[in-house]
Amino acid sequence: MTKWLTFVAACWLIVTALISGPGAVSAQTLRIGLAEDPDMLDPTLSRTFVSYVVRTALCDKLFDIGLEQEIVPQLATQWEWTDDKRGLIIKLRPGVKFHDGEPFDAAAVKFSIERHLTMPGSTRKSDISAISRVEIIDDHTVKLVLLTPFAPLLAQLAAAAGTMISPKAAQAAGENFGSHPVCAGPFKFVERVAQDRIVLERFADYWDKDKIKLERIVYLPIPDTTVRLANLQSGGLDLAGVAATDLDTVRKDPRLKLAAVSGIGYSGITINVANGERSKTPMGRDARVRQALELSIDREALNQVVFNGEFEPGNQWVPPTNPYYVKELPIPARDVAKAKALLAAAVAPNPVVAMTVTNNPVVLQTAQVIQAMAKESGFDIRIQATEFASALQLAAKGDFEAFMLGWTGRVDPDGNIYNLVTCNSPFNDGHYCNPEVDRELDAARKVDTRVDRLAHYRNVAEHILQDLPIIYLYHAKWLYAASARLSGFIPYPDGVIRPQGLQLE
Amino acid sequence: MTTFLLRRLALVLPTLFFVSVLIFGLQQLLPGDPALAMAGEDRDPAVIAFLRQKYHLDEPFPVRYLLWVEGVLAGDLGESIRIKRPVRDLVLEKLPVTAELAALAIVIALSIGLPMGILAAVKNDSAVDYAATMVALWGRSIPNFWLGILLILLFSVEWGLLPASGFVSPAESLSRNLATLIMPAFVLGNAIAAVMMRHTRSAMLEVLSSDYVRTARAKGLSETRVVLHHALRNALVPVITLGALEFGELLSGAVLTEQVFTIPGFGKLIVDAVFNRDYAVVQGVVLCTALAFILLNLFADVAYVLINPRLRE
Amino acid sequence: MTAGILDSASADAGARPWRLALRRLARRRAALLGLAVVAFFIAVAVAAPLVAPYDPLATDWRAVRKPPSALHLFGTDELGRDVLARLIWGARASLMAGLVSVSIAVGVSVPLGLVSGYLGGAVDGLLMRMIDAMLAIPFLILAIALAAFLGPNLTNAMIAIGVAQTPIFTRLTRGQVLAVKHEDYIEAARAVGNSHRRIVLRHILPNVLAPILVQATLAIAAAIIAEAALSFLGLGQQPPAPSWGSMLNTATHFLSQAPWMAVWPGLAIFSLVLSFNLLGDGLRDALDPRRG
Repeated sequence: MTKWLTFVAACWLIVTALISGPGAVSAQTLRIGLAEDPDMLDPTLSRTFVSYVVRTALCDKLFDIGLEQEIVPQLATQWEWTDDKRGLIIKLRPGVKFHDGEPFDAAAVKFSIERHLTMPGSTRKSDISAISRVEIIDDHTVKLVLLTPFAPLLAQLAAAAGTMISPKAAQAAGENFGSHPVCAGPFKFVERVAQDRIVLERFADYWDKDKIKLERIVYLPIPDTTVRLANLQSGGLDLAGVAATDLDTVRKDPRLKLAAVSGIGYSGITINVANGERSKTPMGRDARVRQALELSIDREALNQVVFNGEFEPGNQWVPPTNPYYVKELPIPARDVAKAKALLAAAVAPNPVVAMTVTNNPVVLQTAQVIQAMAKESGFDIRIQATEFASALQLAAKGDFEAFMLGWTGRVDPDGNIYNLVTCNSPFNDGHYCNPEVDRELDAARKVDTRVDRLAHYRNVAEHILQDLPIIYLYHAKWLYAASARLSGFIPYPDGVIRPQGLQLE
Repeated sequence: MTTFLLRRLALVLPTLFFVSVLIFGLQQLLPGDPALAMAGEDRDPAVIAFLRQKYHLDEPFPVRYLLWVEGVLAGDLGESIRIKRPVRDLVLEKLPVTAELAALAIVIALSIGLPMGILAAVKNDSAVDYAATMVALWGRSIPNFWLGILLILLFSVEWGLLPASGFVSPAESLSRNLATLIMPAFVLGNAIAAVMMRHTRSAMLEVLSSDYVRTARAKGLSETRVVLHHALRNALVPVITLGALEFGELLSGAVLTEQVFTIPGFGKLIVDAVFNRDYAVVQGVVLCTALAFILLNLFADVAYVLINPRLRE
Repeated sequence: MTAGILDSASADAGARPWRLALRRLARRRAALLGLAVVAFFIAVAVAAPLVAPYDPLATDWRAVRKPPSALHLFGTDELGRDVLARLIWGARASLMAGLVSVSIAVGVSVPLGLVSGYLGGAVDGLLMRMIDAMLAIPFLILAIALAAFLGPNLTNAMIAIGVAQTPIFTRLTRGQVLAVKHEDYIEAARAVGNSHRRIVLRHILPNVLAPILVQATLAIAAAIIAEAALSFLGLGQQPPAPSWGSMLNTATHFLSQAPWMAVWPGLAIFSLVLSFNLLGDGLRDALDPRRG
């Protein structure tokens, strides 16, 4: 009995001894919360967004994007297109080293790009498949030779496909490069415990080291938004994304600061218009039914109810604030009478629509709101919740009628539309096919001034917003809560956390 | 005794075989294409084809099963498609975490279950008995993710006493390790406290009416001493051996608890792998936990028989 | 026991323990409380259309996450739906999750256990190894894999939970069969020439029922918790249809802004599950021949 009592007492002593809060952490270690555990950290093979977030601190790219989504130099300093637009000459920054001490030079660029293009299983290949070869002009100049002019190339090189890696380390590690990546970014890899944390440490020889004030960064994957917020409030995290509905809590908490920026993606409903048997519905066959659905939705109210008004309603593949948004085709207001008239004209007064939705709470809420709104026009929407992994396959096979899908977004507007609506494209799940649209989109790729491209996109919008293969709903914002101790945090539209300028008191 | 042991050991193999078939079948039959799920948003057909080829996804079931079993017997549990690490490494990395969590949970379960069980046995059929039952049962009547979130809000956000989530290994800092595990262990332990209480109560009732205890009472020892010193000592052994069987229930509970508290153990590993269709991970981990469960059961059976000679034949 | 009074003797052996048990159960107040609460929730669930103040699916944009008031006694949820109405209708889903899944489990395992225990030999050995295999896989993992396999909705969740609970019941049944298989009256029944079917159904089955009933009551409690757990992972009842588990799950994201969304389903689950547990515990004590 006494033994047991002493045992329990000992336990309690240990517990009370622990009451020192979340634990002392070095002043310049930044703890960032992630929405899920990254897959591999190999820039060529990785497939998840959170992996890209981590790699941004580890690996520099040829270019980067600025706050206005303009291309800025990073490992490259200047660039110039050749006259026939089939070549891109890039000047490289001198004096840059990789984490292993190897020099960054034209040979490293050639190696990295060729790795992205040729390694089996590379997820970067389709981004830069326009590149036919890399020519070394001199130690600090390369020329990329393209098969055909490709305006979005710069944007691709400002994203994952432009990541530069140490040839020596990559050759030594082979397929396992991802377990200990060696790049030229401001931080170098220390350790990773799967599903627990990723630890990075400052790289002393970084080319822009004056901008780096942090000693260490620790990334902690915490999928549950409630637990992530709890960590922010209790000091277990210094910076993390938060849900729209948590913003009021963040604003009221003096320990936290809010930061937000418009994202570059969209969320919408993809309609099966021509992919297999399930496209043979009133919705799939008649654009008027799709227009009626769009007119039943009050996007402002949707934004208000599900996102507390924090996100941006939209009706195109880029947000209304984007320079490539077609202003002549603004967001239509809700019009139930017109929707009913359209349905009557299409001889489908009470269409039953099966809406496939991934079983994610936010997406499910959005679907329920739409279900309720569309009911007034006569739509009977049946929500079919599916797991993400199954949903992808169903979409690809055409086993859906309407699919609530989001697209994370690409910096170049082409990335938000081309592969999604052109005929026979890999993720045009609805199999929409309009040769006019394809022509205009291809043309938009070949010109490089904003005005010219916008003209083509205007033509595309006129078709898309009439045919409605995708009903665009809203554009998510990136919402961050940061500890009051953190200064210098600027959120970027691509949702990536850049360590330059971050400092903890 | 040895024949008993050998006979029981011989049963382990067919059971493991069925476990392997069951878990392999369940994973491979999950809807959705792992290659597509792993290929990322860009769905590059070249990547999908590469993954399908690399992980033998186009081969028929029996072939894939045999390939997998062949690997297992050679010590290779396959590779996680998602993070490209051998499953064996992941298992070795996560096992101590869940084992520690389970051990702490059992300690907490015993610290609730034992006193409640003793009380219930001594004050049998009275209001105290009912109250003790309710106290022991409360942990089983709340969804553990709910209890977990409540504890986080209270102890981390409100009072700032404990970290909200995450894990620190004991090698790095024992005090912080315990700080990260105490809430999840509490949630898990509460769920099985009722069972511990039950076992304690039954065992105590049996011992309290035995000759041994009657002799102690006749000797004039105080009731407290009789109960706590003499009876409890004898009751503990069956309680603990039966407690070993709760390992399966603990692992079940750990699945959600580890999700909520972001503890990088088996539970979290399996759930994430099921949803990511990272089937090699699920198969490998479940096979390991099944083996552990079977062996623990064997240990419990043997121990129980050793204590209770009446059951030997 | 002579052959002549065989049937009545075995019938008596069945009847008397039940009456004794009922009397003992009536004395355990905790169990009676549990029974009362369970009966209350069943009544609420059955009378849902009459009792619920609103349509549980009716949304209202202007009344999103409103605190309890005269208009909405338990407040509204994230889409403006009345929490009380959803709670009442959710009782159906949660009770069904418990009752249906356990019925599936019992319906499958009792025959399996009877056959396995009675026949013995290779059939028994094979079946028991398969059951052991299912037992070796942690319950929730089995349920998750099955639910993911079948697809996320309440029906599939019930099937998944039911199947995952089968091994326990099968083992229990078989154990009981083994315990009584060699009793004198069974041997005598064989000697008299009763068919196997008659022996199993008339003589063995009644002895199996008592522990099955106890386990079933406890399993219903576990199944309701399991439904909540599956909802947490997105595999249970899908919106907009309510279930306490999915309501609780959604509510955890709004705990600071709208705690009433979580309090009521949480309390409901707690009281119902605790009641089933108390009832099961009481039944176990009442039917345990050693407790006297």
